[in-house]
Amino acid sequence: MFAEPWQAQAFALAVKLSEQGHFTWKEWAAALADELKAAADRGEPDDGSHYYEHWLAALERLVTEKGLTDPAALLKRKEAWAEAYRHTPHGKPVELSAALS
Amino acid sequence: MKTTRRRFLQTAATAAGAAATQELAHGQEQDPDHEHQAAPSDMTLRVKALESLLVEKGFVDPQALDAVVDTYENRLGPHIGARVIARAWSDPAFKQRLLADTDAAIEEMGFGGQQGQRMVAVENTPQVHNVIVCTLCSCYPWSVLGLPPMWYKSTAYRSRTVIDPRGVLQELGLELPERVEVRVWDSTADLRYIVLPERPPGTENLSEEELAALVSRDAMIGVAKAQPSREGGQA
Repeated sequence: MFAEPWQAQAFALAVKLSEQGHFTWKEWAAALADELKAAADRGEPDDGSHYYEHWLAALERLVTEKGLTDPAALLKRKEAWAEAYRHTPHGKPVELSAALS
Repeated sequence: MKTTRRRFLQTAATAAGAAATQELAHGQEQDPDHEHQAAPSDMTLRVKALESLLVEKGFVDPQALDAVVDTYENRLGPHIGARVIARAWSDPAFKQRLLADTDAAIEEMGFGGQQGQRMVAVENTPQVHNVIVCTLCSCYPWSVLGLPPMWYKSTAYRSRTVIDPRGVLQELGLELPERVEVRVWDSTADLRYIVLPERPPGTENLSEEELAALVSRDAMIGVAKAQPSREGGQA
């Protein structure tokens, strides 16, 4: 079903944000269809295993379009998480504060 | 597969896994600089970034996300659709209601309802075989079948089913006689289909529960037939 935890999380984010009215399911399906079509047009046929990568790209784009966040904030936060991993000792939970402190 | 779940933003388990990998890579090295964790995949970092920002801004509640994942991993699945189909096979009046107003009939059984979608059941007969697809993305009757199999989301299935349904069905192991008309139903964000397969011969004496065991996910997508025994159709 979900091959990795991030896929489940990306899935749940789209479902929940839509349920809460941040976008309609129709808008979501259109955004996802756009990503899938763009990938096919780039000549990247998918056996279905890359599906959630397109899902995540669609979600990032849609929340940006809806003004919930912006690409710069996403990039900065992603780097902060990578930093947090690098600064967290083995076996300890990775928390964002590890990068911010 | 229950790989997921748990507080995605506090990943002790993942961290421990990453640590083990890194220790292997570093042999027995005891240098304290190497005791930190390797960053996870780009996808994981992107989802963490997105989720943590949206949680902070109050757009989404992490527990609500956990509940969504739990629903799709543990509660929804083809066992629900199979019960609906078995009811339709056993109860002609229910079958009529299912075909006339699919959502109401499913709700009657205590199931259904996702994203304001409308659902339509399409009936297989000796003359007509139905198959569902979503050519644009992967719309699927989640509330009765759970999440779709990987091949349903593949470019090949999405693009070829409309063009050459017989060829696709053949590749998936379903040979249909020439005289059978194949109808392809293209699902959308607000209209999703489920196939009502033909009741297998020789099942007249089975209970509704026993009948449900004969209805595979693939039969409700329309790429297989309901089998007269538990064998087959669950690939």
